[in-house]
Amino acid sequence: MVKLWENYRYLILRRLTQVGLLVLYFGGNVWGWTVLRGNLSSSKIFNTIPVSDPYAALQMLAAGATLATDLLIGVAVTTIFYLLIGGRAFCSWVCPINMVTDAANYTRRVLDIKRVQGNKQPASRNIRYWALGLSLVISAVMGLTAFEFISPISMVHRGIVFGLGFGWAAIVVIFLFDLLILKNGWCGHVCPLGGFYSLLGKFSLIRVHHNEANCTLCMKCKVVCPEQQVLGMVGKESLPVLSGECTNCARCIEVCDDDALGFSIKSLVKK
Amino acid sequence: MEKKNISDRRKFIFNMAQGVGITVLGGFVWSAFIDEAKASQLLLRPPGALKEKDFLRTCIKCGLCVEACPYDTLMLARPGDHRPLGTPYFIPRDIPCYMCPDIPCVPVCPTGALNEKSVTTDGHLNIKVADMGLAVVDAESCIAFWGIQCDACYRACPIFGEAITIEYQKNERTGKHAYMTPIVHSNACTGCGLCEHACVTEKPAIHILPREVAMGKAGDYYIKGWDKKDEKRLKNAKAIKSTTEINKKSAIDSLNSGLKDLY
Ligand code: SF4
Ligand code: SF4
Ligand code: SF4
Ligand code: SF4
Repeated sequence: MVKLWENYRYLILRRLTQVGLLVLYFGGNVWGWTVLRGNLSSSKIFNTIPVSDPYAALQMLAAGATLATDLLIGVAVTTIFYLLIGGRAFCSWVCPINMVTDAANYTRRVLDIKRVQGNKQPASRNIRYWALGLSLVISAVMGLTAFEFISPISMVHRGIVFGLGFGWAAIVVIFLFDLLILKNGWCGHVCPLGGFYSLLGKFSLIRVHHNEANCTLCMKCKVVCPEQQVLGMVGKESLPVLSGECTNCARCIEVCDDDALGFSIKSLVKK
Repeated sequence: MEKKNISDRRKFIFNMAQGVGITVLGGFVWSAFIDEAKASQLLLRPPGALKEKDFLRTCIKCGLCVEACPYDTLMLARPGDHRPLGTPYFIPRDIPCYMCPDIPCVPVCPTGALNEKSVTTDGHLNIKVADMGLAVVDAESCIAFWGIQCDACYRACPIFGEAITIEYQKNERTGKHAYMTPIVHSNACTGCGLCEHACVTEKPAIHILPREVAMGKAGDYYIKGWDKKDEKRLKNAKAIKSTTEINKKSAIDSLNSGLKDLY
């Protein structure tokens, strides 16, 4: 039992956070709870604190919309929050698609799809930055928020809060894409929101830190990590993860039996 | 060493070119998809909504307006609804806008896509100036135009006696009855859709269309000569000069040309 908690504590906390947020949003719409109203694009906490998706606001700006004060405050709140805890903490702790891609990844390991496809990843992880740039260009040219019109994240989250429609198709497509076509395909390669938060994450305070002295080179961390390129220093140097692409999901920390990985505060490490 | 550098650079250039290529291709597909998604122009938006073009770029699709509406009037477009994804709209025949005096859906909007100013007069929210659309009567299927008595829409209208009036006309067919037909007045109608909701015919004979779709425009050339104020519009009228073969010469010449054949 203790072992279970040791090995899965962050996973359990993450699922609790993800599902808890969904329940709060759902309750906000259906039962009129006031803890969280709206959805991931923009919401109100306790009917007072506005929070808004900064990437959506960026697209609105590109599209030529005037940004309302409420929205700007909401964007500031979100940006500061994720600047502190790591941009892509959104991806692993909040985004509902994470559960889909984690499930695909798990299935991938169970079915040992790696054996069929080999180890090489055919696509670049930079696609997300191209998609990010592209979304702003399309927003500017067409005068609307390009990614928000096709975003499976908003589609699914809105779907769970307000009714899914054909939104389940987005879930199936992403699951199959990650399972059969590209490992960590959506979150690790394509998603421009993930790209955006990666850029924010460059400045984050909370980091995963590697202690080389303890590492036995079992490489379990790299197996579970959805962005394994950020663990390049494992077994080589004692360093914190510097890339903003780390999602701070902490899976590596809990699968490491040798206590070689843990959270650290960046500024303290630097001293 | 030298050789390796060149091949690295080539690889880099090739990768860049590939990235640009895929991006451009993706951009085309993406734009086409969005173009398709926003194609539906017959949507009714919540009260105070900006003009459709501005609304589409401003609404963040948060659904706060939907949650604020006590009548469950508003919905967010879902995949498969063939409407701009995630944006709020309503279908009056199902649930119309009940024109809440405190308009709860508008102030909650964080982006100003629902513009409080546009539904405010003298510093107070005033739902009567909302413009969600305009009711249009189909005289062919409205049974009042057949001579059957019906005033369901007239009675349902919250701007009673202003947005819809009943017009009396002699029924020439019977010679002794009256037609009592509903007439919508665009200056008062808010497009709430209570009339459409109430209409008794199988498919509503009165329905709400976005104002730009429902209304025509006579242009500044046609002036109500009997209305002094209307003549002011003449000032806006711009003359359009076009040149055709025939009017290259003066008009008189054009009329008289070819006359020589008569003599
Ligand atoms: S005015 Fe009232 S009924 Fe109409 S959309 Fe807004 S909240 Fe709903
Ligand atoms: S509250 Fe405003 S931004 Fe949110 S869905 Fe409604 S119109 Fe759009
Ligand atoms: S939509 Fe119908 S009910 Fe509403 S104001 Fe106009 S005429 Fe009246
Ligand atoms: S309710 Fe329908 S049928 Fe009756 S008068 Fe109005 S438009 Fe005509």
